[in-house]
Amino acid sequence: MAMPTKPMKIRAWIDDATPTMASVKVIIFHEMESGLRKDKASGQVVPAQYITELACEHNGKTVLTCLWGPAISKNPFLAFRVKNVKKGDLIKLSWVDNKGDKETGESKVE
Amino acid sequence: MNYTRRSFLRASLAAGTVAIATGAGLLIPRSVLAAWPKNAFEAKTMDEAMKDIAGATSAPESADIIVEAPDIAENGAVVTVTITTKLANVEQISLLVPKNTTPLIASYILTSNTDGFVTSRIKMRETSDVIAVVKSGNKLFSAKKPVKVTLGGCGG
Repeated sequence: MAMPTKPMKIRAWIDDATPTMASVKVIIFHEMESGLRKDKASGQVVPAQYITELACEHNGKTVLTCLWGPAISKNPFLAFRVKNVKKGDLIKLSWVDNKGDKETGESKVE
Repeated sequence: MNYTRRSFLRASLAAGTVAIATGAGLLIPRSVLAAWPKNAFEAKTMDEAMKDIAGATSAPESADIIVEAPDIAENGAVVTVTITTKLANVEQISLLVPKNTTPLIASYILTSNTDGFVTSRIKMRETSDVIAVVKSGNKLFSAKKPVKVTLGGCGG
């Protein structure tokens, strides 16, 4: 498995109840191979390939850095909340895995 | 030995140390971003993982941290875990599963603009506690939630 099959999906929105806080939900399409699993046909251990770092930016400023290991599930899902946000602001996410593959995605706050 | 040379060396070494210390102080956030904590993620015991990621082997439990996870996870490959904390100045939230092959699952570095809330999906090898360690104002706090796993999610 090399690069992800589909681009990551990001949704960022503000609830009326908390007008300055945005909720962000992300799904990244990545195998997250732990390096512990054996291929059923060949009996060989499948080499580890997993996202190690995911950086979350709000208008160019880092708000959350995720340091991940192989025990994050396949097709990782992440939800978090950012303060001092208004509609139209830009949320940008970029990850890198242990093999050097990477992806960047962005979404405007709704 | 030439005395002036020796004192010159000593003075310049001292000056150098100060410069490095200041530089390191300024660079802390950046160096955290750049260095994925390999040792912590490869640690096989809870104590090692805790020491490498949080700097201490234990953290007092706090009622201001809530770990939300299912009581019973039918599939250990996908266990949704939410950590919420009301603690102020949260700098880091680490997630550990003591019974996994490598206990450290993830570590989240927050800023003053991040709410104390993170959800992710994790793999669990067997029934275990899920432990959240929160660093707030340079102090460590923790909370845990037991999760019963009926089908392990790490091997195959």
